Amino acid sequence: MTVQLNSASLDVRALRQDFPLLQRTMRGKPLVYLDSAATSQKPRAVLDALERYYERSNANVHRGVYELAEEATAAYEAARQTLASFIGATPEETIFVRNATEAINLVAYAWGRHNVHQGDVVVLTELEHHSNLVPWQILAQEVGADLAFIGLHPDGTLDLENLDRQLQTGRVRLVASTYISNVLGTITPVAEIVRRAHAGGAIVLIDGAQAVPHIPVDVRALDVDFLAFTGHKMLGPMGIGVLYGRQQILEEMPPFLGGGEMIRRVSARTSTWNELPWKFEAGTPNVGDAVALARAVEYLQSVGMEAIGDHDRQLARCAMDRLQAIDGVRVHGPEERGAVVAFTLDGVHPHDLASVLDEQGIAVRAGHHCAQPLHERLGVPATTRASFYLYNDEGDVEKLIAGIDVARRVLQA
Amino acid sequence: MSSLYTEIIQDAYRHPRHRGELAHPTHSYEDENPLCGDMLRVELRVENGHIVDAKFQGRGCAISQAAAELMMEKVENQPVSAVTELTKDVVLEELGLPSISPARLKCALLPLEVLRRAVSGQTDAR
Repeated sequence: MTVQLNSASLDVRALRQDFPLLQRTMRGKPLVYLDSAATSQKPRAVLDALERYYERSNANVHRGVYELAEEATAAYEAARQTLASFIGATPEETIFVRNATEAINLVAYAWGRHNVHQGDVVVLTELEHHSNLVPWQILAQEVGADLAFIGLHPDGTLDLENLDRQLQTGRVRLVASTYISNVLGTITPVAEIVRRAHAGGAIVLIDGAQAVPHIPVDVRALDVDFLAFTGHKMLGPMGIGVLYGRQQILEEMPPFLGGGEMIRRVSARTSTWNELPWKFEAGTPNVGDAVALARAVEYLQSVGMEAIGDHDRQLARCAMDRLQAIDGVRVHGPEERGAVVAFTLDGVHPHDLASVLDEQGIAVRAGHHCAQPLHERLGVPATTRASFYLYNDEGDVEKLIAGIDVARRVLQA
Repeated sequence: MSSLYTEIIQDAYRHPRHRGELAHPTHSYEDENPLCGDMLRVELRVENGHIVDAKFQGRGCAISQAAAELMMEKVENQPVSAVTELTKDVVLEELGLPSISPARLKCALLPLEVLRRAVSGQTDAR
């Protein structure tokens, strides 16, 4: 018998007990946290791991000969192994960075400046967060390359027609796409993008900031060349993220930042570079947060990424259905989506809606969600966004719907 | 039901009496808040040092639009110098708010900023 995992398989009430912050009240009401696409809350296990590292194991990593430094180094490299396994990569291919933005900038600077030349093309999508747009704008301006964009169907899914057209020119060096849109929730066809890009001689970077926390992601199965993601959206602390890079590409790349740790040998005028992955980790790394992020991954694995993905999808579906039943509400984006629902309400500005919801202890985000070009494409200056995670349930959706009802009474003409 | 959206704000937002444009404004200014996409245009008719007509147009949140309505009401039929006496505290008082979060304060103050620039004869930001 096949067991179909569904949201009933996540014991949300029990999971929620693991998150200290979710126990607090907001403006005298139980907090309803619907902004996990911006940052997730952290389970006790992650907070404990962070504290335990600094209480018991803190020392600077690598090259320390004393036991404590070895312990810290072992904890850091074990964390790397955990993250690598989580995405199907090797530790050599798993570089710790501050966040997804830094991961993408690392590629734009270290790979981009040696591989993208005048007249070359970087293909992006119209869905991109500023973090996967601005670094390529800077690169394109610097080297005289062009940017091209994969457009959207009316429902917010990608129209790959322009990808094919661009690839036919033979000038495309890189395709950089989000995996799950932080506004529309669109799940992009990554494997298909990679297949077409590779056939056209381009490599592929995937912004996995909204995907890696929510669905199983395997870099080998997807065959991507780079994957960027951040820890704080997946139950980990702020300030730690990962860049996955295909080993051969990383080996051919020059370093990003220079300094300690990333070198093999330094003389007065020249230096040689360390092995992967340390070549790309200049300076003292963020060991404590890496260790805590590994604990977050273990927590996610204990719940099950398949189960989390199903849960998120069902909750997004439920929220869409309930929102679309409200007169004057328009939900942006496709039916099949990740845990993100952005919408507009006739006659009510998104910031007002978010403020009225805030008065009821409901945390949602209003604005352009760092995706201004996408909002121009949608024809709205801003949207209100509710996003979900493993600690949300249909009760939270009900509270959101009730909150919107209050906003309509307060603000609609 | 809402402590932020006071009766004053709801009324000014829903039933503005100064929304519109002037046929022959002597002063005007238009600006937008790129962070939230709010846009506000203020048009004034000044005669003999007095603001005899004040109108605004714009799109934005209830806080900024209500503040625009209340500022127009406040300065209409007043000497131009009345604009210089307007402060953040006056705006909040007019809105009926003892305080406001930093994130929403910029919404509340956008109309005052645009009004000041209109009076000082600045040309549009756009």
